Amino acid sequence: MSTTTSIPPATSPLSRFGWALADSWTITLRDLSHWVRSPGTVAVGWLFPVMMVLMFGGLFGGAIGVPGGGGYFDFLIPGMFAMTMLFGLESTMMAVTTDAAKGVTDRFRSMPMSASAVVMGRGIADMLNSVVGLAVMIGTGLLLGWRAEGGLAEALAAVGLLLLLRFALLWVGIYVGLVSGGPEVVTSVQILVWPIGFLSSVFVDPATMPGWLGAIAQWNPLSATATATRRLFDNPGWAGEAWIVQNATLMAVLWPLLLIAVFLPLSAHRFRRLGG
Amino acid sequence: MKQVVVRATEFAIAAHDVRKNYAGASEEAGLNGFDLEVAAGTVCGLLGPNGAGKTTAIRILSTLLRPDSGRASVAGFDVVVQARQVRERIGLVGQYAAVDEILSGRQNLVMFGRLNHLPAAEARKRADDLLERFSLADTGTKAVGEYSGGMRRRLDLAASLIVAPSVLFVDEPTTGLDPAARQEVWSAIRDLVGSGTTVLLTTQYLEEADRLADRITMLGAGRVVTEGTPEELKSAIGGDWLDLVLADPADVAGAEALAARVASGGILVDAESRRVSIPVAERTRALVAMATALGEAGIEPIDVTLRRPTLDEVFLHLTGGAEDTAARTGVSG
Repeated sequence: MSTTTSIPPATSPLSRFGWALADSWTITLRDLSHWVRSPGTVAVGWLFPVMMVLMFGGLFGGAIGVPGGGGYFDFLIPGMFAMTMLFGLESTMMAVTTDAAKGVTDRFRSMPMSASAVVMGRGIADMLNSVVGLAVMIGTGLLLGWRAEGGLAEALAAVGLLLLLRFALLWVGIYVGLVSGGPEVVTSVQILVWPIGFLSSVFVDPATMPGWLGAIAQWNPLSATATATRRLFDNPGWAGEAWIVQNATLMAVLWPLLLIAVFLPLSAHRFRRLGG
Repeated sequence: MKQVVVRATEFAIAAHDVRKNYAGASEEAGLNGFDLEVAAGTVCGLLGPNGAGKTTAIRILSTLLRPDSGRASVAGFDVVVQARQVRERIGLVGQYAAVDEILSGRQNLVMFGRLNHLPAAEARKRADDLLERFSLADTGTKAVGEYSGGMRRRLDLAASLIVAPSVLFVDEPTTGLDPAARQEVWSAIRDLVGSGTTVLLTTQYLEEADRLADRITMLGAGRVVTEGTPEELKSAIGGDWLDLVLADPADVAGAEALAARVASGGILVDAESRRVSIPVAERTRALVAMATALGEAGIEPIDVTLRRPTLDEVFLHLTGGAEDTAARTGVSG
C-alpha cells in the first residue's frame, strides 16, 4: 500500500450517509465542469427552446388563434416552459447511456463510493441544468412581453409544478438510459420526444384536433402541466368540459407522481441488476 | 463478518466453482465451474477466445456482477458479502477507457480520487503524481476526448491506481491499440508489478500473456482448460516442433510420410508455403533422424527449424483437440 493513500472507514450509517452526499456532490461537480469545458453544447441545450419559441411564435403565431383571444406568445411561452422540461429528458437519457456504454458506470461501481451517489449526482446536475434552462426561457418570455399576471405565490407554484415534471422525467430518463444499451439507440428514442411534445396543448388547443387525437393530447401529462402553468400565471389558456381539462392542476401533480412511482423503482431495480 | 472468507491469506485471488448463467440471448459468456488461484504479487494471464467467459470472470471478481453460485475472494475478502472491502483494495481497467471525455485527464483523476474519499488536496497531489508517472503531465489539462488511444489507456490505468490497489484487474488492455501504444501499456503494467501489485489480466493475444504473465490460465466455454507457466504449457503438448520448408512442392507429400516416423502427434502441412510442422518428443534425435531420412530420399529442405510451440498451438491443441486427452492430463500446473 502506498503511504499517500488512506481510506476512512465508512461503517456507521451516519458516516455512510455523509459519504453518499459527498460522493453525489462530486458527481454533480463533474457535470458542472462540463458546463465550463464544453459551454457550446450546454448553451445549445438552453437556447434550443428559445429558437422554438421564436420560430413557432414568429412563423405560425399569426395563423394560430388563441382560445379566448390574446397573443400567441402569451399562450405559447408557458407551454414551452413545460416543453423545456421534456427536452431535459433527452440529456438525462444520453448521459446515463453514455456512461454505461463507456464503462464509466462500471468504474464507479467498482469503487468504494456510495452506489446511490451515481444516480443522485446525475439527478442534481440534471435538475440544475433544467433550472437554468427554465430561467433562460422565463427571461426570453419577459423580453417578448410575456408576463406572470397572477400573484407571486401562484408563479412559484407554477415553477414548482414544472420542476416536479422534470424530476419525474429524470427517472424516466435514467430507466430508458440504462435499458437502451447505447447512445445509438437513445438517439432514435429521442425522436419520440417530438410526437409526445407536439401531441399536447403546448402549441395549440387540443379542441382544434380531430376528436380522438385531441383526447390523447388532453391526457398527455405535458398538457396537464402546461395548462396548470397557464392558469397559475393567469395567461390565456384553453377551456373544455372534459374532466381532464377541469382538473389540469390536480393532474399536473398526479401525473409526475405516477411517473415517479413507476420509474423510480424501475430505475433502482435496473441499476442493481447491472450487478446481475 | 461471518466466516465466509475463502482461504483468506494464501492467495490474492481465489475462486472456487464459480457459476454464472445469462438468461436468454445475452452477448455475455457465462461461467461453468470456474476455479482460479493467484498468488500475491504475481501476474496471472486469463487467456481464451471471445465468448470463453474472461470478462465475466473479471466482472465477478471485481464485484460488478454476482455469481449464481460458487465462492470467490479477492485480497482476502469475499466478493459478494464483503464487496465494499474488496472495492477498497482493487483497481479495474475495463475493455473501454472508462474516463470522462469532456473533462481533462487531471480532472478525471481528481474526481476518481475524491470518489475514493481522498481529501481534496491529497486527490490533487495524487492526480499530479500519476500524470507524471504515466507521462501525461504535459497533456493533463487537455480534454480526454483529444487523447490518442494509448494515452487514454494510460489515463485509464492511472485512474485504477488512485489508491494503490493490492489487486488490479485488467480486461484486454491493448485491444484495438496500435503496436506502439501496446508497448506503452505493457511497460506501464510491468512497472506496476514491480511495485508488488497482483495483476489479473485477460487477453486474446498469446504474445501479451507470454510477455506479462507469470502463470497463464486458459479458459474455454466458461471453465479452465489448463493452467501453468507459459513454459509448462508449451511443453505440455509434447515438447518441440520441427518445421521443414521444402524447395519443391512435389516433395511435401514425401516429407510428410517420412515425418510420420519421428512425429509424436499430428503433423501440420501447409502446402502453399511448402511447410511441414512435426511435433517431436526428443528434439535432437528427431532432428538427426529426419535429416538422415530426407537425405536418403533425396529431398532438400530450404529451411529447418527446431522450436518451442507457440501458445496459439497450445491453445488450439487443448481446446480444439478434445480427443487428445493425454496432453491435457500432462499439464498439472
